[in-house]
Amino acid sequence: MTVGSKALRRVFILTMALTAFTGFGQMPIFKRYYISDIPGMAWSADFYATHFLHYLGASVLLGLFAYFVLDYILTGRKHFQLTPSAYLRIILLVGIVATGILRVFKNMPDVLFSPTFTVFIDISHLGFAMAYLFTALVLAVMKRGWLRNAGYAL
Amino acid sequence: MDGKISRRSFIKGGLAVAGAAVASSLPMPEAVKASSVEELATLIDVRKCIGCEACVEACQEVNAPKFPEPKKPFPKMYPSRVKVSDWSDKRDVTDRLTPYNWLFIQEATVTVNGTEETLTIPRRCMHCQNPPCADLCPWGAAYKLKNGITRINSDYCLGGSKCKSVCPWHIPQRQTGVGLYLDLLPAFAGNGVMYKCDRCYNRIADGKLPACIDACPEDVQKIGPRDEILKEAHAIQKEIGGYIYGEKENGGTNTIYVSPVPFEDLNNGIEKGSGRPNLKPKKDSMAQADNLAKAMVIAPIAGMAAAAANFFIGAKKSMGSEDK
Repeated sequence: MTVGSKALRRVFILTMALTAFTGFGQMPIFKRYYISDIPGMAWSADFYATHFLHYLGASVLLGLFAYFVLDYILTGRKHFQLTPSAYLRIILLVGIVATGILRVFKNMPDVLFSPTFTVFIDISHLGFAMAYLFTALVLAVMKRGWLRNAGYAL
Repeated sequence: MDGKISRRSFIKGGLAVAGAAVASSLPMPEAVKASSVEELATLIDVRKCIGCEACVEACQEVNAPKFPEPKKPFPKMYPSRVKVSDWSDKRDVTDRLTPYNWLFIQEATVTVNGTEETLTIPRRCMHCQNPPCADLCPWGAAYKLKNGITRINSDYCLGGSKCKSVCPWHIPQRQTGVGLYLDLLPAFAGNGVMYKCDRCYNRIADGKLPACIDACPEDVQKIGPRDEILKEAHAIQKEIGGYIYGEKENGGTNTIYVSPVPFEDLNNGIEKGSGRPNLKPKKDSMAQADNLAKAMVIAPIAGMAAAAANFFIGAKKSMGSEDK
């Protein structure tokens, strides 16, 4: 499988959807707005469950990003070129990953960040995620892919 | 050391903590080192408590400036299932935790050495070593200090009550009509501010004792470095054949109770419910997430290994086809 593989693209989209959903679930809104009342969705009001799934999704995404980056360097760039919109998405994803790593680090026992820095991490993580989702949606409507000069752009 | 923390040594320690507090005001990660090194814990000797509520009164008096002063009428909140939580007209309630009462006395009638006795137990935030309220707060409003105190910053808190949901003892209490949510979308997000014991962080920073410890006529509580407090707790436990609560609960807390009877008996004897925490054993709430966080390091390595394998397999295949 390469960066252009359909199967990997599906895994990426599904995992992004899971992490986005469980990420929003870190705010106490799913119970308030009846999401957890939908049959089969009771788990969405369990903060430990959404937190665990968010971490799990983040792990899969970290693995996928590492795969995509190295695969593009070793193989992909011979056949594909990143589009300008891909660079925009990459910048936003780097923001999500960097602030996410800091937040996970902050949650480890015996690691303390200042309250101001924690608030900065939390709000920027949410900001990057919302910016990415909005950008990805607009680019999907505009049919702008990640790669060009190939028949199956990611 | 005889286990007692003298006023002088406490004030000396307090000044060091105050210095750390100044350093922590910078918008940078605090020292990324073991916070437990400087963690202070409290020892609560249940045998000594006479239930006089001097600690409760002192807590209310000293912390009164931190109490919420809500604006009324409260903004209408949607959907209708969102309930107002208003304790502002019930400030004198002392038989449970409220936004205006961060410490209360629980009573349990138990059998001690064959005699029926009523034991009284001061209850408040346990100040966990790895507090889920601080780890899971989506706004960083709840956070832990280097000296082992877990605080809720009333300037940032939106009152979503997530901290209460994830707290193994459901300690924080909400007051509607106060805080940041009023300036955002009061009808659709937030519901006030959460309040709980902050172990008099400001008094400690000034080198003073927490009000509840200072006011107690029976010296029920002590505060000091966690390892020394634990040593003393174990010494008492051994001496009286007693029991300890808080050392391992939720992965370890900075509030250590010592009792002459099992905590299971005390838990059976106390009145439990909203604002009245139980005394059950608690597993480490954050253990699963912490283990997954450690495993997260493996994910990018696995991803890179898969990409490298893909490259070498492809290279081998193309070399094979060239040979043919």
